[in-house]
Amino acid sequence: MKAVVVQFPGSNADWDAMRALRDVAMIATEFVFHKASSLPSGTDLVVLPGGFSFGDYLRCGAIARFSPIIAAVRQHAERGGFVLGICNGFQILTEANMLPGALTRNTHLRFECRDIHVRVDAEGPFTAGLAASVLRLPIAHAEGRYHADEETLAMLERERRVAFRYVRDNPNGSLNDIAGIYGGPRRNVLGLMPHPERACEPALGSADGRQLLSSITKSILAR
Amino acid sequence: MTEPTVDAALALEYGLSEEEFVRACEALGRTPNFTELGVFSVMWSEHCSYKSSRVHLSRLPTTGARVIQGPGENAGVVDIGDGWTAVFKMESHNHPSFIEPFQGAATGVGGILRDVFTMGARPVALMDSLRMGAPDHPKTRGLLTGVVAGISAYGNAMGVPTVAGDLQFDSAYNGNILVNAFALGIAKKDKLFFGRASGIGNPILYVGARTGRDGIHGATMASAEFDDESDAKRPTVQVGDPFMQKLLLEACLEIFAADVLEGVQDMGAAGLTSSTVEMAGRAGTGVELDLDCIPRRAKKLAPYEILLSESQERMVMVARAGMEERVLEICRKWDLDACVIGRVTDTGRWVIKATPGYDPLSGDPAPHESAKQVFVDIPVSVLTDDAPKYNRPIADEPRALSKYPLDIASIAYDPRADLLEILASPNVGSRAWIWRQYDHIVRVGTAVRPGAADAAVIRVFCDDSMNGTTPSPREKWLALKSDCNARFCELDPRAGAAMAVAESCRNLACVGAEAIGLTDCLNFGSPKRPEIMAQFAAAIDGMRDACEALGVAIVSGNVSLYNETETPEGSRAILPTPMIGAVGLIEKPADVLTMGFKRVGDLVAILGPHGPGAMGGSEWVWTKTREVKGTPPSIDLQAEARLQRALISLARRGLLASAHDCSEGGLAVALAECSIAGGLGALVRIEEITAGPQAMFGEDPTRVIVSFLPSQLQLIERALADAKVPMRLIGSVVSESLAIEGGPTWTIHEMASAHARALEAVVG
Repeated sequence: MKAVVVQFPGSNADWDAMRALRDVAMIATEFVFHKASSLPSGTDLVVLPGGFSFGDYLRCGAIARFSPIIAAVRQHAERGGFVLGICNGFQILTEANMLPGALTRNTHLRFECRDIHVRVDAEGPFTAGLAASVLRLPIAHAEGRYHADEETLAMLERERRVAFRYVRDNPNGSLNDIAGIYGGPRRNVLGLMPHPERACEPALGSADGRQLLSSITKSILAR
Repeated sequence: MTEPTVDAALALEYGLSEEEFVRACEALGRTPNFTELGVFSVMWSEHCSYKSSRVHLSRLPTTGARVIQGPGENAGVVDIGDGWTAVFKMESHNHPSFIEPFQGAATGVGGILRDVFTMGARPVALMDSLRMGAPDHPKTRGLLTGVVAGISAYGNAMGVPTVAGDLQFDSAYNGNILVNAFALGIAKKDKLFFGRASGIGNPILYVGARTGRDGIHGATMASAEFDDESDAKRPTVQVGDPFMQKLLLEACLEIFAADVLEGVQDMGAAGLTSSTVEMAGRAGTGVELDLDCIPRRAKKLAPYEILLSESQERMVMVARAGMEERVLEICRKWDLDACVIGRVTDTGRWVIKATPGYDPLSGDPAPHESAKQVFVDIPVSVLTDDAPKYNRPIADEPRALSKYPLDIASIAYDPRADLLEILASPNVGSRAWIWRQYDHIVRVGTAVRPGAADAAVIRVFCDDSMNGTTPSPREKWLALKSDCNARFCELDPRAGAAMAVAESCRNLACVGAEAIGLTDCLNFGSPKRPEIMAQFAAAIDGMRDACEALGVAIVSGNVSLYNETETPEGSRAILPTPMIGAVGLIEKPADVLTMGFKRVGDLVAILGPHGPGAMGGSEWVWTKTREVKGTPPSIDLQAEARLQRALISLARRGLLASAHDCSEGGLAVALAECSIAGGLGALVRIEEITAGPQAMFGEDPTRVIVSFLPSQLQLIERALADAKVPMRLIGSVVSESLAIEGGPTWTIHEMASAHARALEAVVG
């Protein structure tokens, strides 16, 4: 099993992802700089981490999609390889058209960091056996309001690609309470705004994020 | 630009007194030119030279077994064991934040982070200590909103969690808010870097953002009182770019790891001037710089402007000869500007050369060596050790307490209504509106989040690579808190400052941590007023008293004077505010305590001496009268030290379920906070509750509320008797409400909702 965490200039949850994958899930993990044009051979999982890629002074993720590594990530996904975009990583995946829709400014216009609850609404490689479970995960974003046109929303619902939905309260005004969606030819691409990698150790208040790690570990081993 | 003629009158406009101008002329043996006048103006400013405070600062305890680097460097360094250190400092950005709250606060965070990573540390935590004007003052809402947004924007983008802080409101800050930012980083003991220009002939490099015209004379601005023209000072405020600084951080850590540097320093106040002068001063060397090659973003910059610009996100590095190419290579990887701008010399002089009129941005051809002229030539020591130092006049008494009589009996007291009113006070209630705007969990280390305990607890990773590539790095656990009850300092600066030190350390003890080092940010009015200097001198004495009693040292700090505003009624100074940032070490994660009650049936007790219920300067009095008056509490520092030691020992033995200190709002507010945080109440006996507000709302220090299993009572009693710490059992934990025997009852829900809406009145 091999995972990589892509480091864009301005990534800041790259360490969080490394810690969860390498030290908690015990997956061999390395950092890959955004200027690289290929992924290390044998890469099973690519994580696009949270942060403020290129400062996010423009739309979040709008510049990161032009980084050389993105072409390699796209190819990896098209071949069915696993890709996980967390927070800024989700924003980058939508900007790169690897996932539909867009993440826009929270309705209350502030950056917000707190624990929220999401319900698993669709199973896939990252959520195998988790349908209907409710997870406590932290959010930390200013642009997390999921938006898409009606047709896209209908498609996501019809194809059961809404992986996570906010329950109890919707922290950012996302349409259909969407917190994360699946994409890729085999649901092998997941983007979500909450940070499962920051909820993998009981010392941090919640270890619910580990369930995603166990699921993706099993999915990698099953291939 | 045509240079004005330099004389005493011009010097005065640039902040130099007549005596200081004469002193500058004598030191040079001639009249300084205009560029040199600018250099004297910033280097001899209060902000850079500490000329009024140095004589007093020398009384602070700054050494100890754990202290690796005390004051005088970019940040203090303390040993946290196993070859690792905590590097930390607190700094003010008061004046810029009042003029432009978002950028002022953002660049305050940026500056303190640079101070920490300059030492070779990876920053892992931030705190913010804010003082705002009256909650209903027309400027307060915009200032608080802007400051919090600025801290959030910079800290979040840098990926450094803001984990704690504190906030108090008082009309004394109406015209002078305080924004004190604290940063802490982790470094290997044998991989620390210092701001020294060592090694004759070594190349000096400029790394980071290009130089513009922003912030010119920021240090001079920060060394003067505000007046009606303060809005016109906006151009002296710097503009921050956290993305640039994130690149700078990662590039610096990579350069440090490459082991090619002799010294490094960030360009903060007074920019290129102060950084290179201080580096030469510490190393006892000289410096020669060529301004022609400075990266710039504004056209037609004069040497004067380049030297005094406070453009952010810039560093000066001294590389070992021949190693400069490695530095430049790493900067290219991170798309950062970098170039060699000069050399270390053996002359002891600070020499600046440039080609007059040369502007690379206008496409001018590279100038010939012979066209360069010397714009500045000043002995380094004149700007550093030999800068003016003043022992300014001190009034006999800082303040006469009798000026502030307090008649408690004349104020209506209703224990039930008063508690709810104080819980909803902007000084006491929930700060969630603030800390939710901060990414307080990035770096997966925040074990105790804001609002859950008296101090934040972070897990830090001692990662040899400094960039996250060491598998399963060693973990250490630190606690952080900042404190200062400035009301007590106003009423009694010496006791107030001692209590600020004591409270910050007590807050660490309440999470099971032992204080290992302090930093300070001393915010006062004008040093030219003897009564302000009296406050300052007394506060230093109080800090020293408490540090000595508690066995802890001040390892870094910052002084911010001239926090005054000219008003039609005369000059208005802030409350004297010696802010303390405290860092503690936790032996093992199981020791960590939080404030919330944990189990129904646990016993509730107060540790510490039974005080008289001091009401002077209390939140109860402020809530009722909006005034700071009366005789403040006094503190027995030996009793404080015994309490803190005993509390840490009980935590390490795993005997306690919760701990929370009594501060603003006294015992009643502390019990309410334990109840709100734990979602459980308590049934308690408080004697003399009907006699007056003293028992409920008095603010005697040196008291901690703890809860524990009844089966632990004997062990706890024995330990406390041995430690000579009094304990009073007052009741036990129950569900749903806080109730006082024979007195009022409050539901958790009503207390929590009062607490939750505290900042609503301010931020809307």
